[in-house]
Amino acid sequence: MGSRAKLALVEALMAEQEARPCAVLALRWLERHGGLKRGLCAVVDHESGRLTGLCGIGVSSAGVDAFSLDLADRAHPLVVALGGGEPVAFHDSGQSRRRAFETPLGNTAFHAIPLGNPKEELGLGLLLATGLDDGPVSDDVLWATEMLGVRLAALWYRRIQMDERRHKRERSWLFSIINAVTDPILLTDADGRILVANTGAERLLTAGEDKREGWRRAVALNNMLFSASLFTNTAERGPTRRELLLVDPSEGQDLLFEVLSAPVAIRLGENGVVSVLRNVTDLRRATEEIEENYRRLRVAEAATRAERDRLDLILNSVLDPILVTDPAGNIMRMNPPAERMFTFPSGKRNVEVERRVRTNDAVFTSFVSNLYAGQSRQWRRTLSLTDPQTGAIVPVEAISGKVVSKHGEETAAVTILHDLTEAEEKARLYEQVKRHSDELKERVREATAELAEQNELLRRQAFQLEQASAMKSQFLANVSHELRTPLNAIMGYTHLMLEGVSGEMTRPQNEKLTRIDANARHLLAVINDLLDITRIESGKMPVQIERVLLHELIDEVMTEVEPVIAGTRLQVTRVLSPDLPEIETDRQKVKQIVLNLLSNALKFTPEGSVDIRLEPDDQSGQISIAVSDTGIGIAEDNQKTIFEAFEQANSSYARRHGGTGLGLSICRRLAHLLDGRITLVSRLGEGSTFTLFLPSKPRNA
Amino acid sequence: MTPVEESAPLVLVVDDVDHGREIFAEYLEYRGFRVATAADGLEALEKAFELRPDVILMDLSLPGIDGWEATRRLKLDERTRAIPIIALTAHALASAHDKAREVGCNAVVTKPCLPKDLELEVRRQLEARATEGSGAQP
Repeated sequence: MGSRAKLALVEALMAEQEARPCAVLALRWLERHGGLKRGLCAVVDHESGRLTGLCGIGVSSAGVDAFSLDLADRAHPLVVALGGGEPVAFHDSGQSRRRAFETPLGNTAFHAIPLGNPKEELGLGLLLATGLDDGPVSDDVLWATEMLGVRLAALWYRRIQMDERRHKRERSWLFSIINAVTDPILLTDADGRILVANTGAERLLTAGEDKREGWRRAVALNNMLFSASLFTNTAERGPTRRELLLVDPSEGQDLLFEVLSAPVAIRLGENGVVSVLRNVTDLRRATEEIEENYRRLRVAEAATRAERDRLDLILNSVLDPILVTDPAGNIMRMNPPAERMFTFPSGKRNVEVERRVRTNDAVFTSFVSNLYAGQSRQWRRTLSLTDPQTGAIVPVEAISGKVVSKHGEETAAVTILHDLTEAEEKARLYEQVKRHSDELKERVREATAELAEQNELLRRQAFQLEQASAMKSQFLANVSHELRTPLNAIMGYTHLMLEGVSGEMTRPQNEKLTRIDANARHLLAVINDLLDITRIESGKMPVQIERVLLHELIDEVMTEVEPVIAGTRLQVTRVLSPDLPEIETDRQKVKQIVLNLLSNALKFTPEGSVDIRLEPDDQSGQISIAVSDTGIGIAEDNQKTIFEAFEQANSSYARRHGGTGLGLSICRRLAHLLDGRITLVSRLGEGSTFTLFLPSKPRNA
Repeated sequence: MTPVEESAPLVLVVDDVDHGREIFAEYLEYRGFRVATAADGLEALEKAFELRPDVILMDLSLPGIDGWEATRRLKLDERTRAIPIIALTAHALASAHDKAREVGCNAVVTKPCLPKDLELEVRRQLEARATEGSGAQP
């Protein structure tokens, strides 16, 4: 073997920078100078832990690629050969002795030669070659494989160096990248230990000795919280998302993170977890704020809707038409009274009604355009509209106001139409009422004046009447007084003579004096009765109400008339009901009435009987005192006038009995004075019954 | 005319009307009373104080001092207070009678009055006074 060939190989190998071409160069050299027939170069791949094919001669490339041997299989003859450092010869396996392993070289005998210097590059790779001489491998072959091994080792070393540099650089980039991410990022192993952390994570989870106590405690707490969260979300469960509350070590405030975790393989058969923490504290706050704003918006919207509903309600409750128009003059809203004037009624079309509506619309539009044309915010005009239904002219006062937004923009105009029909009618009515009122006032004034005059007149008349009445009473009193004085003389002297004070009288003289006496007495009775009537009529008859036992009163009356009864042949009977109540009345007046009635009965009954009967009248609740006789009776014609003054059925008869003709008149008046009455039942020639009815108590008592 | 006893009761008849005085005076004397008369109020007071009659018949309507006033004065005077006074009047109204009783009249008699009725009243007054104390009976 020439040294030139070896030098050529060395030069060729040195010139080549890649492993495979170097291996090919070496194989070719061995083919030419070492007798190699077929060969396979395999190298150790530390990463996978396998011996894999690199290149071959006389071997298909598929065969090269397919060659792969697990280095962990330490009993494998090739693995043993790789670790031995010496070439190993494998004999032809033949038909009977098949080898336990296969190679791309087939069943032929081959040599397995470790690459490189056995003292230095142990386990670098193997050269499998056929065609070499049996016995020890030649020095040339060993030299070539050593050269190839040395070269490959050098290339790998350089490759490793380059890789490391690149890794360093890439690692630096990677850290720059993850540090550039403000969100904390962590890689933890299965036990939760932190393998990688960016600055964001370090800030939360690590603390140097220089940090203060509070910081360190916060960091410890954060670590605890973070580990706990990791353990509850094991790496095996796949990517997870959760929330984690940590503490800002520098400021001490709570920070809310959303933690995204994903399992990653950190080395063979071991998983770790990458966690990215996203600070959602502000996000949460923002979310809450958005929710709050949304809620407020909802409330405001509801309030606005309520306000709008209320506004609608108000608008609709106003009886005057109200219209809201946009700046272009289009009607945007109106209340029902306005609709009546400015919209076509639903239902059957009516040309006339629609014409009136259009007319109204034109009038209104003209009015509104004037408003927008002007500068003032308010506009007021009297318009003449037409009632679409009736066609009646409706005078209205239109008051319009612009609605101006905060920014001074005219957004709408509100117009109220005030119906003046009523106002005009009211004004007319008011005038009318006022005129009537004035007339009435005048009339009242006149009537008042007249009344005052009448009043004065009446007052004067009343005064005069009072005076006249007083004068009449006084006059009668005086007349009575003046009549009594001479009567006293007449009766006195008559009496003196009848008593014989002036000597004995002859019988005729005596008779005539008796006549004088009787007439004087009659005159006195008339005067007394007249005085009674006057007193009753002028209301000056005093009435004294007291409790009266009627049977006692009747006893007294009977005692008084006893002498009269004795002078007749009449049968006089008293009938007193046992249940006669006590009554309240004027005792003297009742006695006067009963005495009068009884006297009359005795006077006008020539023969027969006189009854006096006292009983309660169930019908009227009054007491009845009835005096019945079998006397001359009273003709029906006279029965009505019998109670009037100076009436007597038979004057001559009465006079004969010394009646004044005033007795019954007085009786009736007295009965009235006591709230009672006197009735008469009589038949001419058969007798009379006078009945006095008395209440148990006078009304005014 | 029956002679009048000195011890007989003295009746003072006061009336401004002559015949009024005459009728009652004559009848009372006829019935055995002593009688004095007066025609007006002043005279009545003088006679009453002077004679101290047992009974006074007092007409109410008198010129000058009327019967009511005269009665009031007599009833106020110690000397004449006890003398019964019978008012004699042609006034028939109750007011005149009430007024007479108010000023102190012991009884009121309305004219016309029969002399014998008057005598009964005089005797009634004398009896009433006798039961009260001293007094004479005709």
